[in-house]
Amino acid sequence: MISLLSHLMNGLSLGSVYAIIALGYTMVYGIAKMLNFAHGDVIMIGAYISFCAIHYWNLPPALALVAAMAVCTVLGIVIERLAYKPLRQATSLAVLITAIGMSYLLQNSALLIWGSNTKSFPDMINVPAISLLGGELIIKGEAIVTILACVVIMIALTLFTSRTKMGKAMRGVSEDKGAAELMGINVNLTISVTFAIGSALAAIAGVLLCTAYPALTPTTGSMPGIKAFTAAVFGGIGSIPGAMVGGILLGVIEILGKAYISMELGDAFVFAVLIIVLLVKPTGLLGKKIHEKV
Amino acid sequence: MSLLKIDDINVYYGAIHAIKGISFEVNEGEIVTLIGANGAGKSTTLNTIAGLLRPRTGTMTFDGKNLVATPCNKTVSLGMALCPEGRRIFQQMTVRENLEMGGYTRPAAEIPGSIEEMFERFPRLKEREKQIAGTLSGGEQQMLAIARAMMSKPRLLMLDEPSMGLAPILVEQIFDIITELHAAGVTILLVEQNAQMALSIADRAYVLETGRVIKSGLADDLLHDDDVRKAYLGN
Repeated sequence: MISLLSHLMNGLSLGSVYAIIALGYTMVYGIAKMLNFAHGDVIMIGAYISFCAIHYWNLPPALALVAAMAVCTVLGIVIERLAYKPLRQATSLAVLITAIGMSYLLQNSALLIWGSNTKSFPDMINVPAISLLGGELIIKGEAIVTILACVVIMIALTLFTSRTKMGKAMRGVSEDKGAAELMGINVNLTISVTFAIGSALAAIAGVLLCTAYPALTPTTGSMPGIKAFTAAVFGGIGSIPGAMVGGILLGVIEILGKAYISMELGDAFVFAVLIIVLLVKPTGLLGKKIHEKV
Repeated sequence: MSLLKIDDINVYYGAIHAIKGISFEVNEGEIVTLIGANGAGKSTTLNTIAGLLRPRTGTMTFDGKNLVATPCNKTVSLGMALCPEGRRIFQQMTVRENLEMGGYTRPAAEIPGSIEEMFERFPRLKEREKQIAGTLSGGEQQMLAIARAMMSKPRLLMLDEPSMGLAPILVEQIFDIITELHAAGVTILLVEQNAQMALSIADRAYVLETGRVIKSGLADDLLHDDDVRKAYLGN
């Protein structure tokens, strides 16, 4: 019983990281109708920046996080402007290939700058663990911070898209770019802002991920990126609450699968769940119904 | 003095020459209609004026300002609004949010007042204020699309096939709304396949065929023109 609770907490914590990454995937998909496969590598860049900030520039953890978010935000905007914007009218296959190419470009740039040696990520979160049930269940400080961060981000994004002018513009553009333009919305700016938010979230996810699993290499972002993409599809791509639900469920399934069924097959469960969900409900758990244009 | 002046524009979809040197003008206070069959280039013309498409050659001015150099999202601020073909309301937003989007370029403080004005003109929309727009009936969606376009307080309202897919009684309602808006001082550029209805409320009309203006004149004259009757009015 205690071990189940403890696994659940680990699952929630890992799932929260997936959820934060999945938000980036889903927001960009919603607005630009493209799968940004370089998103996972933005996470890795974010982790490297905060690593450098602490290790070489001796910044406190909070500033290191801010630095990582700033760099990733700019990186996200630049990637969109240089690589994706020129392809706005191109086929989705061309955009997909470009995104995969961008992913390799980022990984190899990291390899060039930081080398292939695994960096040991510093402990950035100094929150004491909580011990419950008379000391039998111990929840790590990182897990608490990760889950809280996920909840705060979820609430903030929901308020942003439902209350603010830019948030509503984003929903308008994701539904109908042409109609949004007719309303006077600057579509290019809106897409840039979406990439900026998604990339800033990726930086947060990078720091949280590497705090929990402190081995940092240029490919650190790819597997979590793919799993978060799975989470986004699982929850219903394009849906913000869907990304949240999908990410958390996926984290819990992965950890429980690894704990109780097979350590080696842990990752396979994640994708097996995706396949089953897509067979039963192709739009994902909270996916929007697709409207046919007349 | 003409509010909108289109001079010899040519528009292409890739290699397809969709608009072949169309010229026309709309004067302040008029209702002007473009009629013609499917594929004549009516919607293409409106989309080009609104900036969704670019003419390859030709000039377009609105209130003396060059439209060809104006990006689509800036044309609203000049004082024109397009209510596009197929309505294209934001299906997943509420009725109120759709209206807010229509007033996107205006100061936030003026929006609630304008929404109230729209609710006075379209009481049905008030009843549906918090409803998701995609769940409205076709007629209600068309009213929402017109109200959304009016939220920017345009001097020129362009309507693309507002009667499309509506029952005859609703078509009459929509045309009543158009004449009311016109009476309130809005200049109207109307594209319609329902030529009978369009000609009956318009001041002037242009007949389009395969990307060209083949006839133009007072709406009344065209309503009684033999060629027009045969081709577009079915008698």
